[in-house]
Amino acid sequence: MSTKQFLFSGFGGQGILFAGKFLAYKGLLDEKQVSWLPSYGPEMRGGTASCSVILSDDAVGSPIVSAPDVLVAMNLPSLDKYESSVVSGGLILADSTLIERKVARDDVKVVYIPATRLAGENGIPTLANMIIVGKMLSELNDFGDASIEAALAKVVSAKRADMLDANRKALKLGAEYVGG
Amino acid sequence: MVVFDKPHALTDAPMHYCPGCTHGIVHRLVAEVIDELGIEGKTIGVAPVGCSVMAYNYFACDMIEAAHGRAPAVATGVKRADPENHIVFTYQGDGDLASIGMAETVHAAARNENITIIFINNAIYGMTGGQMAPTSLPGQVTQTSPYGRDVKQCGFPIRVCEMLSELDGPEYLERVTVNNVKNIRQAKKAIKKAFQNQIDGKGFSLIEVLSSCPTNWGMTPKAALEWIDERMIPYYPLGVYKDRSAQEAQDK
Amino acid sequence: MAEKVLMKGNEAIAEAAILAGCRHYFGYPITPQTEIAAYMAKKMPKIGGTFLQAESEVAAINMVYGVASTGMRVMTSSSSPGISLKSEGLSYLAGADLPALVVNVQRGGPGLGGIQPSQSDYFQATRGGGHGDYHMIVLAPASVQEMASLTVKGFELADKYRMTSMILADGTMGQMMEPVSLDFEASQTVEKPWATTGTKMSRPHNIVNSLFLQPDELEKYNFERYERYKRIEETEAMCEEYMMDDAEICVAAFGIAARVSKNAVDEARKMGIKVGLIRPITVWPFPKAAFAKAADKVKAFISVELSMGQMIEDVKLATSCKKPVFLCNRAGGMIPAPEQVLASIKEAAEIGGAN
Repeated sequence: MSTKQFLFSGFGGQGILFAGKFLAYKGLLDEKQVSWLPSYGPEMRGGTASCSVILSDDAVGSPIVSAPDVLVAMNLPSLDKYESSVVSGGLILADSTLIERKVARDDVKVVYIPATRLAGENGIPTLANMIIVGKMLSELNDFGDASIEAALAKVVSAKRADMLDANRKALKLGAEYVGG
Repeated sequence: MVVFDKPHALTDAPMHYCPGCTHGIVHRLVAEVIDELGIEGKTIGVAPVGCSVMAYNYFACDMIEAAHGRAPAVATGVKRADPENHIVFTYQGDGDLASIGMAETVHAAARNENITIIFINNAIYGMTGGQMAPTSLPGQVTQTSPYGRDVKQCGFPIRVCEMLSELDGPEYLERVTVNNVKNIRQAKKAIKKAFQNQIDGKGFSLIEVLSSCPTNWGMTPKAALEWIDERMIPYYPLGVYKDRSAQEAQDK
Repeated sequence: MAEKVLMKGNEAIAEAAILAGCRHYFGYPITPQTEIAAYMAKKMPKIGGTFLQAESEVAAINMVYGVASTGMRVMTSSSSPGISLKSEGLSYLAGADLPALVVNVQRGGPGLGGIQPSQSDYFQATRGGGHGDYHMIVLAPASVQEMASLTVKGFELADKYRMTSMILADGTMGQMMEPVSLDFEASQTVEKPWATTGTKMSRPHNIVNSLFLQPDELEKYNFERYERYKRIEETEAMCEEYMMDDAEICVAAFGIAARVSKNAVDEARKMGIKVGLIRPITVWPFPKAAFAKAADKVKAFISVELSMGQMIEDVKLATSCKKPVFLCNRAGGMIPAPEQVLASIKEAAEIGGAN
């Protein structure tokens, strides 16, 4: 049985829920059992937002991720809050543009990626989320398959076809980022 | 030769109303209008909570008994279920329409819901035995205003037609009474217009009927009819408060 | 089979309702179920249906009452405080024997409470909620797929028994996305000769009513209604049993609590504890038979709930208190973690084992 639990966290407006939804759709297209659970409430913009995604070979039990295998932290409060919850041997991806401190734990793999800076420099300022997802997929050796393209088509509104290219670019930037 | 008969849209059930009560007159007017417009087969009436709670036994069309004050919401559902084929009216008293159901009334009017409302204003809660209504007059003695309605303590009566006339929504608002033959004729005209408006798809029409309650007013039926002239009409002037179609025709 | 799509539970309810032939929706905004209204607002005008944002929860349920009177499939949705407001209408729907679907995506209470998931409206839902003697059929989905399938089922049961079906979900079920297959067709609706759609001058008038001033007459209707409820209890109770064959401990949980409990049961099994799960899918009628059967086999029950312990009473009643029933709960919008449930299972195994 293989189950992977993801936690995405950051400010509202950073596209946390969108990043999770993309991953969930990718999982669905990869014929995994999936669940996606957002934090909700009056925090749509500016507050903290998080979402739990589970990809599994078997039926998903609880959709709540309390001990993530992978944590994507897009701001400091998120890292502060969730760093300790990551399972030993897990993976933390931190947006180093917005998080200046280092992860204190030494039993997890940590990737620092200046996603917000890269997004700004590359003319896709709203897609730091997908840059970090690109990096996450490459870290998980899960980048480059056809389901990525299909998942993008599912989550990017048909009315915003221009955003497809931008998302592809963001994922690629992340996947190819070396450093951290 | 038959010179006087019951309208087809009324059943044979004996009415429970008190002697001298004007509910019977208004029921008859509504039924005559339904007959004359030939709409009984597609009409669905919504009865209130109050003295006319059992109106569902008296009208021969399909009837629904609503929760207290909710008749305009229920009527909204019935109308929207089949707007082409349903003619929907509510029949409500002042406590039902202007107190507990005020929100439903105002919002149905604001939406210009294509329904007809017959609003009986007799300035008192009748069924529960004569308590102060939202339309009880200043100084009026009721069971719950035994020293007369003190406007400092419990506020002023609500003039429903005037209030609703401030909304852009409603099509037609008129206040009538049934305390003499001339006024009864005018009331019927108004009720007919309110149903015709619905048939024509014009929208929300409300006819406020100043009515008497001799039992709870503590008067003879005749004195009660006079009280409408003397006390109610000065506070609640008769007339048309809104007629959008007429206004639009005039503005052209 | 239709392609699986990722949908929020709330959206799955809305789409399933449309597929079930519901063309009238009335609601009032309240978190965490507003996606249902938003979905209906988008879809209904395109398919000739009605979406109307009512002025209040009270108005919304009475609009439902109006459409239900005409025999058409109709629904509303809300969350806990809004359901309290609708309770008047729920009682009238019952009193007038009208079919309708009402969704409660529960949040923590009492009062304005919070907006996080809860199951603390269990009593309100399973005991009727409003005034008078009545029940609703209460369906408790534990996946987005069930949010959809039980919505369809809810409409069918409502029509069949002329009563309200309630979907008793919670904020998690409403907000989470899972793959869902929307392979439903509008089921055959039953004849409704009682509906007030106009006499067409071809039959006596129909009256939709809950007022009966003669007590003997009103009593008769109550007795008749409870005969119908008895039939429903005998035939419509549903539950899922998980690893119950050799179970010595039985976890009882519905909705999100059952999802969490399944994780704990799996973990406990790895430790060699013989534990199973009974997940009520209908909480009214409560699946009494499954619990009664379990009571003869297991040593203890654990009721896992997002409340201060409400379903636990039904577990005790269904098992005639033959075995101890423990409570494992969080409240106010908190969700028990699998570890908490696992700890309860271990504890129950020790206590139960000593019996």
